[in-house]
Amino acid sequence: MSDVSKSILRVQDLHVYYPVETGTLFKRQTSMLKALNGVSFELAPGESLGIVGESGCGKSTLARAILGLQQPTSGRVLWQSEPLHEMSAASLREKRKELQIIFQDPTASLNPRLKIGDTIAEPLHNFYPRMDKLQVEERVKGMMQMVGLLPNMLNRYPHEFSGGQCQRVGIARALILNPKLVVCDEPVSSLDVSIQAQIVNLLKDLQKKLSLSLIFIAHDLSVVKSISERVMVMYLGKVMELAPREEIYTRPRHPYTSDLMRAVPIPDPEVERNKMDIVTYGDTPSPMDPPSGCPFRTRCPWARKRCAEDVPILRRVGGEGKVACHYADEIELPK
Amino acid sequence: MRKFGYKTRSMAVKGKKLLEVEQLEVVFNTRDGEVKAVNKLDFSMQSGETLAIVGESGSGKSQTALAIMKLLAANGKTRGAARFYGRNLLEMTATEINEVRGEHIAMIFQDPTSSLNPYMTIEEQMLEVLMRHRKMSRKDARLRVLEMLTQVDIPDPERRIRQYPHEYSGGMQQRVLIAMGLLCQPELLIADEPTTALDVTVQDQIKRLMRELKEKFNTSILLITHDLGVVAGLADKVLVMYAGQLVESAPVDEIFYRPRHPYTAALLKAVPRLDQVGDYDMHPIPGNPPNLLKLPKGCAFRNRCEMAFDACAQMPEVREVAPGHKLRCFLDGGALK
Repeated sequence: MSDVSKSILRVQDLHVYYPVETGTLFKRQTSMLKALNGVSFELAPGESLGIVGESGCGKSTLARAILGLQQPTSGRVLWQSEPLHEMSAASLREKRKELQIIFQDPTASLNPRLKIGDTIAEPLHNFYPRMDKLQVEERVKGMMQMVGLLPNMLNRYPHEFSGGQCQRVGIARALILNPKLVVCDEPVSSLDVSIQAQIVNLLKDLQKKLSLSLIFIAHDLSVVKSISERVMVMYLGKVMELAPREEIYTRPRHPYTSDLMRAVPIPDPEVERNKMDIVTYGDTPSPMDPPSGCPFRTRCPWARKRCAEDVPILRRVGGEGKVACHYADEIELPK
Repeated sequence: MRKFGYKTRSMAVKGKKLLEVEQLEVVFNTRDGEVKAVNKLDFSMQSGETLAIVGESGSGKSQTALAIMKLLAANGKTRGAARFYGRNLLEMTATEINEVRGEHIAMIFQDPTSSLNPYMTIEEQMLEVLMRHRKMSRKDARLRVLEMLTQVDIPDPERRIRQYPHEYSGGMQQRVLIAMGLLCQPELLIADEPTTALDVTVQDQIKRLMRELKEKFNTSILLITHDLGVVAGLADKVLVMYAGQLVESAPVDEIFYRPRHPYTAALLKAVPRLDQVGDYDMHPIPGNPPNLLKLPKGCAFRNRCEMAFDACAQMPEVREVAPGHKLRCFLDGGALK
């Protein structure tokens, strides 16, 4: 799977820093917000990768960088071996057909004044302006059917739909150009539990049917479990662990992954009552002033002197997966 | 309780229940017609108890909380009663309810950022509560506030108290709001999705904090949430709502281990579980959340229910199927898997 020659997407040592300015009249740059601080990974065609992290970990910045919407400070994004950020505007526009995104808030990402049929057709009008009207309608209807919407809803407006249905419209709009990679940025976070499962199952089916590469971003480990073949855990702009799901869910190797896992409440009173304290305490430090060495060390009970001095690199410690922790092979993580 | 240098002015009356909600209805007049957000809801709470009201969007769970506090939007009307130690909150005048709010019933909301005043320091916002409700001097109030901030684990409160809300993280802001809510030692704390907007590791901390404080101050909690995981760790009793109605209510273990309503059972199944190794399937509930303007005739869950049959075209009444276990469903083959 991680055969380099086969990868459709390669992210290499990606850094994105945002300048922070203070002052109202004479703005001056006082510091840098390090949203992404050296992220590397690869994605195979047809593979689905889950990216998990809490607020400030850089997951949305990463999504924007992969889509060519955010210029990196350093590092590269290779899309089918071509560096995305070094392309001309015209060829980047061509690539946009292959790279699509589904957003978190389905109601906010649809134009309330557009009929949903027109919303779904908009990418076609944009990229194939000469496409025949009937042909457009046919494709839109086919796509609606595919995402579980009745084609006769074509002329309705977003407010007539529930959140789950709006997200289906968002999915249809993303898929109408037959993309190769779809980045889903927290696509179910704002939906009801019963509907979340519908959308995840739909994305999973579509991914198989259309052999899409999929990046599924979430803030906790529970929703990505079902859809991701590999899971990447991020913290303060860095990758903490990247492993196949069979591995990461049965044997997390990074203290942060383990806590992220145990922090998800289990709908079983007995389990919850007997749950041990999670070890992570306090809040994520500011990305403007991340800790030296390992970014997680300030919240990690196992942190030692070395953690403040050396930045741990992502390495293999038995198994397929990789983990960025100096002591991953020594510490005994709680079950 | 004299711990903090003043007596708690309790509203407690012997033999009266903490909260008794009877036939509560919340109706909104909208351009599309009248919407009944809450429909003939009955429940009660004993002192010291945590009751969780669980439901998805449009279930009426938040409107129930807002109705009790008389905080409904201007086009909302209530019917029925919500008795707090025997006094009907819904019939109180503005002055009366203002005395109850903050002092006897406190409320915390989902989004801590928008619940704090961005132009005031944490100190000013917190002192106001005690100076107004308790007529405390600034000095005494300050001591009390610092003590409360320590209780909710705000590090270095002497320094942090002088800061503005934007200098706090989301988790810290929610801690401040919980502290603020508990300042007057209310008998009841209404928490509307208190952890939903927070990161998971922080959610866990806030949950533990609420459990601790409940023991320490013997505060009853009315927890409003869509997340059954949060409920499992916090609640004593659970009330499940769907389309403005009670569909099932029971002690927490009954709901989780012996659910009887198909909706409760389906909702439990829909929560992705990290403790089940090797299970990568998700179990959705078909269909869409109820549209209150277009409810099906009879049982509101009927068109999404796998077990629906002819009788469901009539609205089932709520009945007691086991001690303390209420159910609105014609089925009663016992616990559902």
